[in-house]
Amino acid sequence: MYTSLQTNRRDFIKKMAKLSAMTAAATMFPGIIFAEEQEKGIPADTNLDWKKAPCRFCGVGCGVLIGTENGKAIAVKGDPKSPVNKGLCCVKGYHSIMALYGSDRLTQPLVKKGNTYIKTSMKEALDLVASKMRETIKEYGKDAVSIYGSGQWTIPDGYVASKLFKGCIGTNNVEANARLCMATAVTGFLTSFGLDEPMGCYEDIDYADTFVLWGNNMAEMHPVLFSRLLDQRQQRGVKIVDLATRTTRTSMAADKSILFNPQTDLAVANAICYELIKNGWVNNSFVEEHCNFSKGLTKMGYGLEDNYQFTDKPEAISFEDYKTFLEDYTPERVSVVSGVSVKDIKYLAAHYGDPNKKVMSLWCMGMNQHSRGTWINNLVYNIHLLTGKISSPGNSPFSLTGQPSACGTVREVGTLTHKLPHGVVNNKENREFAAKIWNVPVENIDPKPTYHTVEMFRALDRGDIRFMWIQVTNPMVTMPKLKRYRDAAKKEGRFIVVSDIYPTPTTDIADVILPSAMWVEREGMYGNSERRTQYFEKMLDPPGEAISDTMQLIEVAKRMGYEKQFYYKDETHIEEIYTEYRKHHEGKKHNLAPLEVLKSQAGAIWPYVDGKETKWRFNAKYDPACSNGKDFHFYGKKDGKAVIWQRPYEPAAEEPDKEYPFWLGTGRVVEHWHTGSMTRRIPVLHQAMPHAYVELHPEDASRMQIKTGDKVKLTTRRGDITLPASVNERGVPAPMQVFVPFFDENMLINDLTLDSFCPISKEPDYKKCAVKVEKV
Amino acid sequence: MPIKSYLVHPQESKKHAVIEMLSRMQQCDVVVAENENILVLVTETESKEEEANLKEALEKIGDIKLMALVSGFDTRKKI
Repeated sequence: MYTSLQTNRRDFIKKMAKLSAMTAAATMFPGIIFAEEQEKGIPADTNLDWKKAPCRFCGVGCGVLIGTENGKAIAVKGDPKSPVNKGLCCVKGYHSIMALYGSDRLTQPLVKKGNTYIKTSMKEALDLVASKMRETIKEYGKDAVSIYGSGQWTIPDGYVASKLFKGCIGTNNVEANARLCMATAVTGFLTSFGLDEPMGCYEDIDYADTFVLWGNNMAEMHPVLFSRLLDQRQQRGVKIVDLATRTTRTSMAADKSILFNPQTDLAVANAICYELIKNGWVNNSFVEEHCNFSKGLTKMGYGLEDNYQFTDKPEAISFEDYKTFLEDYTPERVSVVSGVSVKDIKYLAAHYGDPNKKVMSLWCMGMNQHSRGTWINNLVYNIHLLTGKISSPGNSPFSLTGQPSACGTVREVGTLTHKLPHGVVNNKENREFAAKIWNVPVENIDPKPTYHTVEMFRALDRGDIRFMWIQVTNPMVTMPKLKRYRDAAKKEGRFIVVSDIYPTPTTDIADVILPSAMWVEREGMYGNSERRTQYFEKMLDPPGEAISDTMQLIEVAKRMGYEKQFYYKDETHIEEIYTEYRKHHEGKKHNLAPLEVLKSQAGAIWPYVDGKETKWRFNAKYDPACSNGKDFHFYGKKDGKAVIWQRPYEPAAEEPDKEYPFWLGTGRVVEHWHTGSMTRRIPVLHQAMPHAYVELHPEDASRMQIKTGDKVKLTTRRGDITLPASVNERGVPAPMQVFVPFFDENMLINDLTLDSFCPISKEPDYKKCAVKVEKV
Repeated sequence: MPIKSYLVHPQESKKHAVIEMLSRMQQCDVVVAENENILVLVTETESKEEEANLKEALEKIGDIKLMALVSGFDTRKKI
């Protein structure tokens, strides 16, 4: 709960003291709930106007109720009507509205003149953005302009961005930061099932008997969902298995913690499949009826060089071929490479193989930010397909997301270079379909994808891209091998526009800074991890001249001559955009709920067909799009069958050696959301976690005589950084590994990371590179 | 005029007894975790002397296993 400024100072201090203790409790006890306190903490004698919204932060998509009074948000509580969080909030959700009121909110457009920023009007700033885009296109061609957005873009933001750049300007230079976190999940789904996003939903948690978390620190990253797992354990005695490279709060709360060496999850997953087959735990009728077997290219490289290209060449194989391939992955052999005991591999296989157990696999960045990320996604699907534990309540491979609309906007609207709202740019029918709805000549839509995110920033460095508009994201903290891209953005002849709500290292490289309306200061929709689209209305006025990212794009589009396509009226533009967008997804496979439904309830899961949500796709019992007359229909593939992929274990792009003997992995903390640009402005959260640190294993620390708080220098082939040590505190890495969170813009760990990526998804691997560790 | 917050760990199955006891103390404000054996306690006193007396009283509660101080403020000073 947030205290209004009217509250007296002593009450405010008391509340701060209470929140500090609650925050401390939340870090000690993952999933801790103070629900009653939320109600109690709401100021008395107020006439609050409560309105629903999805939370601003992660991809879980908790429903919150925001209490406003006299034009200010003064309280927030979990929405008891939301099936996602059932009235609960995590520590970030509790404090979410405070992120609206940081003292340094951007309120006026700023234009760089020499080394200073000059305040200007929004009208003049948008005029300048439009004229710079026109100039750049005239001088260097349409592919010299680009937009880099975000999984925090609302659905209308992403939609108008795609329409402007792909439909009107005619460039596929549209990317979003979800490339850095979810692209692998997309290619995993597409290669295995032909359609993106999980087949199940959060309700699976209420039915599963075993939860296997693959490199997923849910206790810190998805605390409300994790509390649902813990609740099920209390009620039904379910098992939670944490399979990870580092001991975290999730490991401590799990029934079993299993550590594996970085990158070797590939081998472990294959060993589980080997055991399933060896022990006769394969659901043969399911496999025969609903699965094909395939293999792809191997030794693909790691994308380290500019203009790297890779296209997989799938080749059909037989079940027998696949069994032969798995002979290399006996538990005994895999144990040697992975560090996981034979007993633990068999333990995992037994849980998946037990016909009386329903199993849910959950993952997020551990599997996605992986130089063989698409492969490991495929391999976990293999386990579920071999056992037939898929697309039914409680049997669910489930990829979680980190941003509120990574699914809703980036994946569904399709704000990636190769995508359209429905389908892909290199498909003629898909282009024709989009062009018709967008009211543009089909020739406008370029059939060739251009740059994925890493390559887009490389293109900026090379000068192939000259203009970049960055909205709702902070790449000057998040890009791997950051120094190259920071220097690139500062080069002569580059023009950078940044739309944001606070100053960040990314606004530092901007030529124009546009102040944006945040979250409930405008109207919009987000789409969460379980295919739930959620609407929020405008509850507050944005500060100063700030306007929504949607309106910024519309205004620039109009200035560039696209009035016909951007016909939307100021007062009704969100409704008009959503109605237009829905046309792209009409049909039983992806129909979105009408706006009036989204307004009346805590969102709706798509496909929304005949007034009903489809909770389990591909299962004829629940999914009206199934049409093959069988119990399951994987209709994303032409033959209606899912694919079991033969994918080997291959090492990471850079592994420890004599000179750089440790593994470096990066990640997040419960208090801060991503780069901390919002949560570091919330005093309680900032005080609870004021700066980054480097976690070491106690044995390594002892050998190097490093104690908590000592300064430690980390050096990779990209650069060095000095951070305070953390030994035996929140997380404990395995020996010869270190972990650093990336939220702290004063300690930019991404200056050290490597820009290797999964050749299929083009998503960088932030979890693995080689580092030297020295006490300062 | 000190304000402090603590994490209070009650002895096993004594959570309700501790809540009841703390709720009776005028200077104490208790926030109960629904799903963990832990309480958040915020104390507000008028002087350092009263604060010391309260601390002594709290330490005498046998049903409290451990009390960990999280934050402390003195409202006479600007923060």
